[in-house]
Amino acid sequence: MGIDFELLHKMKGVIECPIPDRDIRRFDANLRLFPPFIDNDLCPLTIKNTILQSCYLRNTEWVCGVAVYTGNETKLGMSRGIPEPKLTAVDAMIDKLTGAIFVFQIVVVIVLGIAGNVWKDTEAVKQWYVLYPKEGPWYELLVIPLRFELLCSIMIPISIKVSLDLVKSLYAKFIDWDNQMIDQETSTRSHATNTAISEDLGQVEYILTDKTGTLTENRMIFRRCCIGGIFYGNESGDALKDVELLNAVSSGSSDVIRFVTVMAICNTVIPVKSKTGAISYKAQSQDEDALVQAAACLHMVFVNKNANTLEINFNASIIQYEVLDTLEFTSDRKRMSVVVKDCQNGKIFLLSKGADEAIIPYACAGQQTRTFTEAVDQYSQLGLRTLCLAWRELKEDEYQDWSLMFKEANSTLVDREWRLAEVCQRLEHDLEILGVTAIEDRLQDGVPETIETLRKAGINFWMLTGDKQNTAIQIALSCNFISPEPKGQLLLINGKTEDEVGRSLDRVLLTMRITTSEPKDVAFVIDGWALEIALKHYRKVFTELAILSRTALCCRVTPSQKAQLVEILKSCDYRTLAIGDGGNDVRMIQQADIGVGISGREGLQAARAADYSIGKFRFLKRLILVHGRYSYNRTAFLSQYSFYKSLLICFIQIFFSFISGVSGTSLFNSVSLMAYNVFYTSIPVLVSVLDKDLSEKTVMQHPQILFYCQAGRLLNPSTFAGWFGRSLFHAIVVFVISIHAYAYEKSEMEEVSMVALSGCIWLQAFVVTIETNSFTVLQHLAIWGNLAAFYIINWILSAVPASGLYTIMFRLCTQPSYWITMFLIVVTGMGPVLAIKYFRYTYRPSKINTLQQAERLGGPILSLGNIEPQPRSIEKDVSPLSITLPKNRNPVYEPLLSDSPNSTRKSFGSSTTFDFFPSQSRLSSSYSRNCKDN
Amino acid sequence: MSSNVPSSSSGAAGSADSSAPRRNSKRPKYSRFTQQELPACKPILTPRWVISAFMLVGIIFIPIGVAALFASREVVEIVDRYETECIPEEFRNDKVNYIQKPGNKPCNRTLTVPKKMKQPIYVYYQLDNFYQNHRRYVKSRSDEQLRNNDSASDTSDCKPEDYANGAPIVPCGLIAWSLFNDTYNFSRNNEQLSLNKKGISWKSDREHKFGKDVYPKNFQNGTLIGGAHLNESIPLSEQEDLIVWMRTAALPTFRKLYGKIEVDLQINDTIQVSLENNYNTYSFNGKKKLVLSTTSWLGGKNDFLGIAYLTVGGICIFLAMAFTVVYLVKPR
Repeated sequence: MGIDFELLHKMKGVIECPIPDRDIRRFDANLRLFPPFIDNDLCPLTIKNTILQSCYLRNTEWVCGVAVYTGNETKLGMSRGIPEPKLTAVDAMIDKLTGAIFVFQIVVVIVLGIAGNVWKDTEAVKQWYVLYPKEGPWYELLVIPLRFELLCSIMIPISIKVSLDLVKSLYAKFIDWDNQMIDQETSTRSHATNTAISEDLGQVEYILTDKTGTLTENRMIFRRCCIGGIFYGNESGDALKDVELLNAVSSGSSDVIRFVTVMAICNTVIPVKSKTGAISYKAQSQDEDALVQAAACLHMVFVNKNANTLEINFNASIIQYEVLDTLEFTSDRKRMSVVVKDCQNGKIFLLSKGADEAIIPYACAGQQTRTFTEAVDQYSQLGLRTLCLAWRELKEDEYQDWSLMFKEANSTLVDREWRLAEVCQRLEHDLEILGVTAIEDRLQDGVPETIETLRKAGINFWMLTGDKQNTAIQIALSCNFISPEPKGQLLLINGKTEDEVGRSLDRVLLTMRITTSEPKDVAFVIDGWALEIALKHYRKVFTELAILSRTALCCRVTPSQKAQLVEILKSCDYRTLAIGDGGNDVRMIQQADIGVGISGREGLQAARAADYSIGKFRFLKRLILVHGRYSYNRTAFLSQYSFYKSLLICFIQIFFSFISGVSGTSLFNSVSLMAYNVFYTSIPVLVSVLDKDLSEKTVMQHPQILFYCQAGRLLNPSTFAGWFGRSLFHAIVVFVISIHAYAYEKSEMEEVSMVALSGCIWLQAFVVTIETNSFTVLQHLAIWGNLAAFYIINWILSAVPASGLYTIMFRLCTQPSYWITMFLIVVTGMGPVLAIKYFRYTYRPSKINTLQQAERLGGPILSLGNIEPQPRSIEKDVSPLSITLPKNRNPVYEPLLSDSPNSTRKSFGSSTTFDFFPSQSRLSSSYSRNCKDN
Repeated sequence: MSSNVPSSSSGAAGSADSSAPRRNSKRPKYSRFTQQELPACKPILTPRWVISAFMLVGIIFIPIGVAALFASREVVEIVDRYETECIPEEFRNDKVNYIQKPGNKPCNRTLTVPKKMKQPIYVYYQLDNFYQNHRRYVKSRSDEQLRNNDSASDTSDCKPEDYANGAPIVPCGLIAWSLFNDTYNFSRNNEQLSLNKKGISWKSDREHKFGKDVYPKNFQNGTLIGGAHLNESIPLSEQEDLIVWMRTAALPTFRKLYGKIEVDLQINDTIQVSLENNYNTYSFNGKKKLVLSTTSWLGGKNDFLGIAYLTVGGICIFLAMAFTVVYLVKPR
């Protein structure tokens, strides 16, 4: 406003502002300065005048400001949700198992406590040497149960939490370290912000992905244009190299010149001149950047922007424009305009650009718009982003009238956005449409392959984009998201009213139910408006639809809708992964079980909010198939093993109590017990973080194997029951052999205790060995080194006269019977385990085993095509994707749908005439899964 | 650590590393560990491997089992259960009363040597149904007091046998208090067999756990008399019966060494045992046995290991053969 620096601190005024809210895109306030500085005028303040909390200043040294909101009342403070701590499915399962063990422990304690009291009352009173007092206080009854509680407290391994935290942070480190997940262009590494949820990566069932910047590079390149009915760039695919266009520019064809002028001016881009004279552009929108760059290539160089004047260098002559007003882009208006004044002749122009449906209807009466509509169709079928450019010359008085209204609207406090839109509307009509631009947003490298691989792995993809439907469908086609007809089928959900949407939903659902039995890719497409209605009124139907469909495209969705979709999938008990790159994905990322941010061109907002940040979409494959899968496998083993070893020692204690008068005597001394849990048994299992059941290459080639992780095949109550049984069996083996081999004259407490303990240590070493799939040096070191360390530590303890263990270990180690006993324990304990494992491996191999055999014997890898159906039909509600069929994707993306909604309906309508395949069992299972959360 | 060997073999990661611009200083050096590419051996359960493992174990186990069983059978053992026979007929209805009466309760037993026994012959007493591992019992001792003369009053763990008549008991606790007190004297053909009672306890116990200057004090002076009395003029380190008794047994059936006979016993020798039947196992129906036994490299007579080895070895060979047959019939 041009206030002197000295006067700044004398300024007085009032700011009228709304109460704090969380909407960072709006700030509708007024500033009223007191005299004498400025006449008592209302001065509108918008979000453009505000600096949000924790912003950086760019291109300027300083700013002066007034703090309007502070602390937690800032926009950022208000919208800062408290992120819930994420609990992985594995953790939840471990908690469940811990609960089960706890119940088991209580039962054991109660049973043994009662047995102990009974024994005491009937037997112990006769054992005079125990000297039980005749009459004890009432709480004497509790002593024996409490003793057992103490003995059984080791049943729940405390070390599991520590071990899990340790290995989880290592999983995260492996992600950080991975050299194959570095984005070479920007040298950004992948990073795991949340170190606790790596296992969930291996259990992902749904991926919700943003489009722009996630699947695509978000590097907009001007490719084609249609000016006044003439198509440029159709042959070469690059309009900037089209000789005709270049000729037209240099010959000064007025249509083309105006078109290029609009490209160069109608934007909010700021040119920045570097010291060398090269001009770079600061643009909020990548599209505008692309347009300005393209205009520069066409010799219309946007050179400078000074306050309100623009300078354009066209063919070495400088043209100046004064920007009178900027009619901002909003997602409702879908267009933006500027009003500029040509400084040479004083003429005022309205320059507009926007989506076709926001421009073409406002064309001036006489203009033919058919070619432009066709151009838009053609371009969007190629997956290009289209913008229509238009202009109109304004009369001086028309502008003046309008300008007043605009100012007034700008300073309203209530409904400013709506009022502004209305005022803008009054100017943006009778446009002369200049042409259509087509901007390409290239797919990132490896996106189709990544999606194909991950879909083979049984992961369902949903694309949530703010883009328009056609563009979204084309992108989806080009990246294997959906298959073209006849393999794939797109079902459209649309409608403007509740009824329409409801009918549409029902129709789609019916088709879905019919087609689930066919090996067909069925996807549904829904736009933001219909989604809003569907979520509000037909949540249940929509949820069922969500369960049935493997693929969905949601277009024109807002950030909060993205988050709601995640919520719906989560409520059906699916593991969701949301991946995005921009600020509009943040909510979805935070909502999902796993949030992955792409540290891309839209800044780091998403990457910051995410649990994992990667440089490129294609790293997702490695993140899930390699890191997620290994993490799950390793944690599954580690956690169950931790329960196994705790149960093992606890069972021995329980058995011992039966031969010690159910009095709660501990067979093992406290030092051994502690060392057993935190040392002897924790170290070897920690190196399981290096275990690989299959090589990375094999997993990548056979992504279906991820199913074992998704379905939780490696950690569930039944596998746990196996480990429980194993620990019971091993406890019996150790106990029976120890007390029989060391009976009679050898039955000395410390010796028997050490025999049993070393039996446990030997067994656990072999258990880790047999459960390890790949041995590295570290594994050998940990397993056998631990065994050696056990002896060394106990020898040291045996050398200390004050310890209870004095000489015990030396005595034992010199007895042949000790070693013979150990040998017997190991063989008796491991023999059945090995036999069962071998039998399963050879005669009931899981697909993992089959791949292991193929991988190591170098034989032909058997077809795994049938991996999904049998387990899927019970647990999953997704139709098996026929993987064996070769994909015959056309290199030229054939339009799956023509633009008109009629043809969509046609394809939809034809599908409803299919014979009805009853698939009741599938449906009922899907319902039961669905309903438990409703 | 071998994990720091730079990669030469793995093309993908290695080349990615070299081609990448070295802009990011945070990048850790490539190592096989960080890339999870440590060379690993990945054994799988091939039939050949599993079958030969079972076969091998079986082949090793059976000879060991035979040897163990042989060693156990070599051992000559005489077991004489005497707790009922040593009570005169008229007291058999009320054994507890009999045993608790003061006075000597002599008893004579005759043993016949079934086989030649080479010296040393170990003499054990065996108690059944005696819970030395009971929680109240096993903790009721003070190692500090046993080791050190100055710690006589360190009796906190010894309740209820910690103090008697206001003075600490040495050795305190239930274990010492219930010391076994049957005594045995052996004679062969009316000729005294000398019983060596030195060195029956662990050397380490005598030297480090039981003090040379700790003498029994105030022992068995309470209202309840438990087991044996101790000679107050002999230090604890030489009270070997006590030291043996204080090594508590882990099982309710156990043998404790009483002494060694250091002459060979010939076949059909008759041995007269004159014993003092003092110890009360009658109130809990415990058995008392006198055991004379030789020893082998595996210890005393215990068939368990031998039989277990033969069984497990047999099962292993059976499994190996079964797997082979199954494999030949149906490879997978």
